[in-house]
This record gives sequence, structure tokens and C-alpha cells, in this order.
Amino acid sequence: MRTPALYGIVAEFNHPEEVVAAARAARTRGYRFMDAYTPFPVEGLAEELGFRFNWLPAIVLAGGVVGCVGGFALQYYASVISYPLNIGGRPNNSWPAFIPVTFELTILVAALFAALGMLALNRLPMPHHPLFNEPRFALASRNRFFICIEARDPRFDPDAVHDLLEGLSPIGVYEIEQSR
Amino acid sequence: MVEEVSPSDPGGAPLIAANYTYSSITDRIASIVLTRPTTLGWLAGFALSCLLLITLLGAVSYLLLRGVGIWGVNIPIAWGFAIVNFVWWIGIGHAGTLISSILLLLRQQWRTSINRFAEAMTLFAVACAGLFPLLHLGRPWFFYWLVPYPNTMGLWPQFRSPLVWDVFAVGTYLTVSFVFWFVGLIPDLATLRDRATHRWPKIVYGILAMGWRGSAIHWRRYESAYLLLAGLATPLVVSVHTVVSFDFSVGIVPGWHSTIFPPYFVAGAIYSGFAMVATLAIPIRAVYHLQDFITMRHLQNMAKIMLATGMIVAYGYMMELFMAWFSGSLYEAYTMKNRMTGPYAILYWGLILTNILIPQALWFRRVRASVPALFAISLSVNIGMWLERFIIVVTSLHRDFMPSVWRMYSPTIWDWATFAGSIGLFFFLLFLFIRFLPMISISEMRQILPGSHVRSES
Repeated sequence: MRTPALYGIVAEFNHPEEVVAAARAARTRGYRFMDAYTPFPVEGLAEELGFRFNWLPAIVLAGGVVGCVGGFALQYYASVISYPLNIGGRPNNSWPAFIPVTFELTILVAALFAALGMLALNRLPMPHHPLFNEPRFALASRNRFFICIEARDPRFDPDAVHDLLEGLSPIGVYEIEQSR
Repeated sequence: MVEEVSPSDPGGAPLIAANYTYSSITDRIASIVLTRPTTLGWLAGFALSCLLLITLLGAVSYLLLRGVGIWGVNIPIAWGFAIVNFVWWIGIGHAGTLISSILLLLRQQWRTSINRFAEAMTLFAVACAGLFPLLHLGRPWFFYWLVPYPNTMGLWPQFRSPLVWDVFAVGTYLTVSFVFWFVGLIPDLATLRDRATHRWPKIVYGILAMGWRGSAIHWRRYESAYLLLAGLATPLVVSVHTVVSFDFSVGIVPGWHSTIFPPYFVAGAIYSGFAMVATLAIPIRAVYHLQDFITMRHLQNMAKIMLATGMIVAYGYMMELFMAWFSGSLYEAYTMKNRMTGPYAILYWGLILTNILIPQALWFRRVRASVPALFAISLSVNIGMWLERFIIVVTSLHRDFMPSVWRMYSPTIWDWATFAGSIGLFFFLLFLFIRFLPMISISEMRQILPGSHVRSES
């Protein structure tokens, strides 16, 4: 019988503090490829796992700039270049009248960049993931807190990881197969 | 069974009844969607809203066949019910995003159990609102002419017109509200996917959840995205009703041409939005036994916001009267006099009664603590805000500068059918939402449990 490749080893915890402590312990042991899975955002956990720079605000700013400049350019092009129309003797580039649409498009594009940027950075949608092979993992969206040390970590050694995770008094430790 | 975190009283009136845990919150809210049998009440309500929806389809079909002549609109009252209903619905649609974004930025934790539901209400109300100006176009099948796109006619929308601003404001509001709502739903869809036992719910919720697995790094970006969306939606929600008020205030019609319109419209929108949230939340929390999640504190806070925004609206009415006198304009003065003593006077005084006088009862603690009284007041405000828009649209138009063009407006059966039908559409969508999606944000409710915050170590 062939043993399937290992994706990683997971430990299950009851409290958010425990998973933060586990992440810190794994990090001091030198593990770098790991992630934690929680039913709600746990403060500081991403940083313990080595999350360094959040690109999202920059992406949203870029979206806002695109919407703002693009929105005004659209109206300028339509009213000044493509089809100048004299409305009550106002100048073709009657910019105060273009502010509402410029503003709305700024918000629109920035908001779309925020949502789609978040999904793209998180590599979602991703309908399948090795973690879903473990039935206990369904509780990560209910009441349990998981940490996973991944097999691709250069320091990964199944026995050492088992020892480390078991030592943190988890509810359980499970091996996650790469795929079925 | 392993011991779980149980919440202690955080001090003050509770946001959630005691003794809830991460798992019991999850199971409680998810069970409404996944395991509870469909109730007879739900079926009856759904059937009724389907009936009204069919009325809408009938009224719209006849409208497409015959044109806007079937409505009561005429010259000079070209706007009629369509615009009254548009402004009413879009106003109702303001509470959702306000609760979600402004209260999030202000760290008002009590928003948590009502925000999802209010956001859904916003979406449906804006959808109903969008229907009316489109149908009022005359040739609704050319609605896409409102969108700037290169076309063979070589034409562009008139970007100096508030009506075109409206297209962008409402379109952006609908899109951003949907994005905000859906981003908020993703973790809960994952919960439903993991909790579902049958094949089809697993597949459908699985597709919608997009493979969300609650990774801490994903949560970090998710929270950042959610906060940024809230920051973007906050000025947006203020801008939408401001632009709607420009539809009126940019026109030189007496009773419309006033700088008080934007702030007074925005306050009125929030007022009517909270009234509608209360109107819906009170029966739903009773039917689904959600008193543990939507507590008296939520209802009382909503009552206080209604009282505050209601006072701003009252100030707006008084300022309109004052400016009509102070401006010395004959036409402005006559419009106000006509509102109070003219043929539509009964509606004006009805507006003052339902929108200003009755809600004053909210000053009393005993009224705020009484669920039936709150329900009655929220209904009164819903009616009052509709009357307000009727008064603004109709009384200003029907007697403007020249008595020779003065005319009366009365809605036809098709106006009423379209209005009732839009209420049907709203409830149709709302009933589907309650049945198939978690109406309270599960992941955010878990966060208000006291054990959920990790104390930083020194």
C-alpha cells in the first residue's frame, strides 16, 4: 500500500489563546510554512504566523485613483472632446457638475478592488484544499481553532512536529494527506 | 464533551443573552436555515408576497404595453407615484449600510446582530427603488442609454444633470451594498457548507463560500477589506440621498429649490431606514425566537437613533417654513401655505402627525421599553416618510408659478398596483433571504463573546 504524500500536521484547540500560543511556539522552533484556521478573526494571530505586509490598502488606493481619474476623464472626454454641448452658456469643462459622478466612480472602483483584491490575495475561490480531507476540520467554521504546520517547511519532520503539537495539550493532532 | 468558553456579563445591558458559546451561537443561527422545518407562517407570508409580486408583473406588463399614460401622472405633475416610491424605497435602503459601515467604524458592537439583516433589506429596498425611475422612463427598454458607452448615435449622457448623477449614485450604491453584504456572508457560507448534511446545500453553499477555510492570514486581509469597504461605504451612504435630493433642489420649483435638502434628506433616509429595520426585526425576532440575539438594547438603541434623526427631519420642516417666509418669495410662501391649507392639506397634517408628533413618544423610557409601542411607532414613521415624499413631489409641482397650469394629481389603480407590487417584491426577496441565508452574522456574533479576545501579553 502506498502512503499518500503529507500536506501537513494539524492540532485542534478549544480557545483562541491556545492557538496563538501554539503559533508562537512553532515560530520559535523555526517553522515558517504554517497557517492557523479559526471561526473568527483572532487578534495578532496572523502576525504570529509571520504575516508581514498587507497589500490591500495600497490596492484599494489604486482602485480609488483609477475610479477618480477615469471617472473625470470619461466626463471630460464626453463633454469637451467628443460632443461639446452648450448648456445654459456654461463652459464645456463645467467641472463642479462632474464631481458627483467622479465621486461615485471613485467609491465604486475602490470597493470592487477591495473585495476582489482580498479574494485574489487569499487565492480564493479555491474549491478544494487538502485540509478539507480531515472531517474534524469542519469545526474550524464553528468553534475550534486549528494550527497546521505544513510538510513543505524545510524543517518539517513528522515526529518532531507531532511532539511539538502534542506538547501544547490540544484536543487532537491529525495528519493531513495531500489529496485522495 | 470538552468544556467551552462561556460568556460573562460584560457590564450594562447585554448584547447577547448569557450562556452562549461559539458552538451554540453557530448551531442556533445555522439551524434556522439548515434544519428547522419550513413553517406554515413562512409559507403563508411567502405566498402573499408572491401574490403581490404577480400584481407587480401584471402592472409592469400593462405599463410596457400601454406606456406611462396608465399612471396618474400629467403635466405639470410628471413625477407622481414613481418618484415618491423611488425616494421612499431608497431612503429605507439607507439603514443597512449605515448600520454596517458607520456603526462599524464607530465600534458600536450592538450593530452585530442586526447588520446582516439590515444589509439585505438595503439591497432589496434599493432594487425596488431602482425599478421606479426605470419604469418612469417611458421607454424602459432603452434604459441603457443612461450608461456612457460608445454608441452609433454618437451621444453621451448629460453629465451636468442630477438625473444622470442619480444613475451613478444608485448604481454604485447597489453594487457596493451587494459587495459589502456578500463579503460579510463568505465566512458564514463556509459555516453552512460545513454544517449542511444534504448534498445540494453542501454544493450550493460550497460554491458560494468559494473555499473559505478561516485561515488566520485570510482573516487578516478579510478584516482589512471589510474595514476599507466600511470606510468607502460611509461617505457613499451620505452621498446617495444627497444626490437624490439634488434631483429636487437643483430644480427651480418652489418648495424644492433649497440648500437644506441634502442634510434633511439624508437624515430622513436614516430615519425611515431604522423605522423599517425595526418594523421587520420586531416580528422576525418573535417568530424565530431570536430575543437572545436581538435584545431590548438593540431595539432601544434603534429607537434613540429614530428619535434623533426624527428631530433633524422636524428641524428640516420648520426651516422650510421659516425660509419660505424669510426669503420673501411669493411663490415659496404660497407653496407652504398650499401645503398646509390646500387640497392636499390632510396629507400634510398626516405627515406632521405620523412623522413628527407620534415619534415624540420615544422620549419616554417606558415607550422605548415596550415592543408593541416601538412597532407601532416604526410603522407610523414608515407611513410618515412616504407622505413626506408625496408632499414634496406633488404639492410643489401641482401649483407652481402660473395658476393657468395648476392641476390636481390622483394616482390610478396602476399606480397603486405598482406600489403594492414593489412591496411584494421586497418581501418576496426578504422571505427567501430569511429561509436560505443566515440572517445574523455568525462569525461576528462569535466575536462578541467575551472569550474571543486574546489578551496581549506584556
